[in-house]
Amino acid sequence: MDLLAAIFVDPFVRMGTNPTFLIQVIWEGFVSGVLYALVALGFVLIFKASGVFNFAQGIMVVFAALALVGLHEAGVPAWPALAAAIGIMLILAIGIERVVLRPLVNQPDIILLMATIGLTRFLVGLGEMVFGGEPKVMITEALGIPTGILRLPLFEKNLILKEIDITAAVVAILMVTFLGVFFARTKIGRALRAVADDHQAALSVGISLNRIWVIVWFAAGIVALVTGIMWGARSQVSFDLEVIALKALPVLILGGFTSVPGAIVGGLMIGIGEKVGEIYWGRLLGGGIESWLAYLIALAFLLFRPQGLFGEKIIERV
Amino acid sequence: MFYREVGQFKSTYAADMAIFPIRQDRIGIMAILAAAAVGVPLIANDFVLASIMIPGLIFTLAAIGLNILTGYAGQISLGTGAFMGVGAYAAFKLASAFPQVNVIVWILLSGVFSAGVGVVFGLPSLRIKGLYLAVTTLAAQFFLDWCFVRVGWLTDYSSSGAIEAARRSLFGVAISGPEATPLSRYFVVLGLVVFLTFIASNLVHGRIGRTWMMVRDMDIAAELMGVRLLPAKLLAFAVSSYFAGVAGAMMVFFWLGAAEPSAFSISLSFQVLFMVIIGGLGSMIGSYFGAAFIWALPVLIKFAPNLFGVEIQSATVEHANSMIVGALIIFFLIVEPHGLARLWAVAKQKLRVWPFPW
Amino acid sequence: MRSSLLPIEKGRQILQVENISLSFGGVNALTDVSFDILAGEVRAIIGPNGAGKTSMLNVINGFYHPQVGRVIHRGEARTGRKPHEAARRGIGRTFQNVALFKGLSTLDNIMAGRTLKMSRGFFWQCLRFGPALNEEIDHRRKVEEIIDFLEIEHIRKVPVGKLPYGLKKRVELGRALAQEPELLLLDEPMAGMNLEEKEDMSRFILDIRETFGTTIALIEHDMGVVMDLSDRVVVLEYGRKIADGTPDEVQNDQTVIDAYLGRSH
Repeated sequence: MDLLAAIFVDPFVRMGTNPTFLIQVIWEGFVSGVLYALVALGFVLIFKASGVFNFAQGIMVVFAALALVGLHEAGVPAWPALAAAIGIMLILAIGIERVVLRPLVNQPDIILLMATIGLTRFLVGLGEMVFGGEPKVMITEALGIPTGILRLPLFEKNLILKEIDITAAVVAILMVTFLGVFFARTKIGRALRAVADDHQAALSVGISLNRIWVIVWFAAGIVALVTGIMWGARSQVSFDLEVIALKALPVLILGGFTSVPGAIVGGLMIGIGEKVGEIYWGRLLGGGIESWLAYLIALAFLLFRPQGLFGEKIIERV
Repeated sequence: MFYREVGQFKSTYAADMAIFPIRQDRIGIMAILAAAAVGVPLIANDFVLASIMIPGLIFTLAAIGLNILTGYAGQISLGTGAFMGVGAYAAFKLASAFPQVNVIVWILLSGVFSAGVGVVFGLPSLRIKGLYLAVTTLAAQFFLDWCFVRVGWLTDYSSSGAIEAARRSLFGVAISGPEATPLSRYFVVLGLVVFLTFIASNLVHGRIGRTWMMVRDMDIAAELMGVRLLPAKLLAFAVSSYFAGVAGAMMVFFWLGAAEPSAFSISLSFQVLFMVIIGGLGSMIGSYFGAAFIWALPVLIKFAPNLFGVEIQSATVEHANSMIVGALIIFFLIVEPHGLARLWAVAKQKLRVWPFPW
Repeated sequence: MRSSLLPIEKGRQILQVENISLSFGGVNALTDVSFDILAGEVRAIIGPNGAGKTSMLNVINGFYHPQVGRVIHRGEARTGRKPHEAARRGIGRTFQNVALFKGLSTLDNIMAGRTLKMSRGFFWQCLRFGPALNEEIDHRRKVEEIIDFLEIEHIRKVPVGKLPYGLKKRVELGRALAQEPELLLLDEPMAGMNLEEKEDMSRFILDIRETFGTTIALIEHDMGVVMDLSDRVVVLEYGRKIADGTPDEVQNDQTVIDAYLGRSH
């Protein structure tokens, strides 16, 4: 009985008696959800256009952030360093397309997945060798990101909002809107959607697959850079960030590998779900359940809806 | 010239269906076994035994396990490391609870526990396929990792959170614990791995293995042949996790001597997956090649500079190692996506017609 | 198991489909289709592309479950029957787009058809010795008979992925035969074949019926083949049955002619 009460009653009592804290928890979850969604977004971009399950997306986040901070440490001013970091992501995209994707065209999914895991190992080694393995501090002030704290009175208590979190949410929304407009309105966007729909048909009307791949990997690189800046500003820049990258995977299961709205909604659901779960139910299990709760949520969800949140029902044809 | 099957006529189906139908292969396998049992112990020093041969063989077993699931039954798993952990903790608990029973019995039995856990986490394979399934196996990885850290009962509430292999012996010779020599551990590991390879090879060559490959290649048609998909997949999960579990138990008892929860993290899962892919999906010998390659390569990279008298900082070696392994994996996937086993088959074919390939 | 099924007397109904309607998210694949298959006959299902012929076969062996109507097989009506259950009850099948196990050799593909007939359990399989090995050898013998019958001895050990299309179709037929089915569903067994291959395949189909007494339901586009091989013909158009009868009757049916040649408006 006690156990049932601890599971089904107590957490809700705690939520009800301190609603400000509940909102605070949801907000924290929301912000990490935004960042999960961004990692998942970079992933979806690549999967849609090239069918590659890009395991390296998380490492690209770290790598981009490391490049930015590393350049700044080497004496490059903040904004030129940002431009240079974007340039590095472009070089990386071209390199990956030339060296990895082009020779592996038409290989089965798992081979491409393994190649991106190999890429992950390579980028970890390269990043540590060039920029050093120790954690770095993100150049938040130099980039003009506000770092203050807002206190919002709510239910006679204060809701604490970090300006940096608000910035992260706003930037994320802006970027998703921009990408949405870009894909809907521009010629490149149309070509990209054509490729996502049917590779061969796209080829037959003269769209260069190789160019599209460079573009999506570059776009995913920029998304990674933005994610890396935001994440780095909230904690530190180091390869421990890799863990977040793995968190993007349940987001993808939830949202589907090919759906941008799915990535966003899935990210928020996972972010909020695991924070609320950890704070209100984690104690029952001795804490630390954040490490697997997201997967469990995604798994349970998949059992009822194997196509994900926004996927179409799969009809098997024979 | 020497590798010719000319004149070897098969007059029974049994001979045609043997696992090594060609005489030279049978001789070859005997020679390799003899070399492993007699040659290696005579030549190799303790370092080679303890840091190359023993871990190499243990990883081979884990790779065989994953190969059964991924290569034969077509279900991708990223949770091998955790299943190895289940075996390790099960063996630890059993061996410390019943010290009078021989440790080898517990090691062979520990796999049963990881098989059970594997079946539970294999259940989603009923509805989820391919990469989605791969991601869901991460649930197993992280959940089990968490259990190893949080559930004190598993480690007998050891303060360090690590498990240690106690001294156990076989026929009066120490085979685990600090006093066990690399040589005695090597013999035990070799024996177990050869025995389990034999079992695995029999399984995949018979009806059960065929059922797995049917599910892998065309699940719809497999159903039409009367295969029930879920039991077939769950059996693959069970057998695969059994091998992984035994490998994990051996890892603690015969190689590391002690293990922290982090030993069974996701990087171990990836390491085994690399072995399977590089070695060759759906190939027993590929598991050997893959384990040897992925395990020996970093050791080589680490010690190669010393051989040439070059001193390099260990951190740099670490980073370079990571880069080189990553690059080599990509290189191998590009050159031969079917792995070392395919290269081996091609080489044998070449040898068959050598020196007159027309 | 087939052996446990009592054979059905020639000319009696082996399978009836009654008022089948099947739709996918608002698209009607089949609407109120009924017909029967008699033991020992060759029953053809014809119709223009998209008429629902393959969907009909999928309903019969349990890949699709119709919203309305029922399939009565051997006198039992079972809704929601799974494909593997259909296999156990003696229904074999080949596919329009060849669904072979492409990583396996011809031999193993046909051995795969014997799966249900093999019973040695996990323990013996681990040892591959004694009973398990004897069982493999017995079934290998059966498989070799089928290989002889279909004249594919030369490709016994070739991985099927490497075979040309016509041979793949033949291997697939062999795999279905290895199940020793009582009712064999053939989905366009001659699609994409040249005249010679078609003649071979027709000969095999008639031989199968002669030698094994198998009832055959086939989908085929080549009218010449259909008229020569089949005893009775069902015609589908847009998921509805528009004609049913002997080849001659169907051939002269005005609605069928309209369906194939288009109506004059």
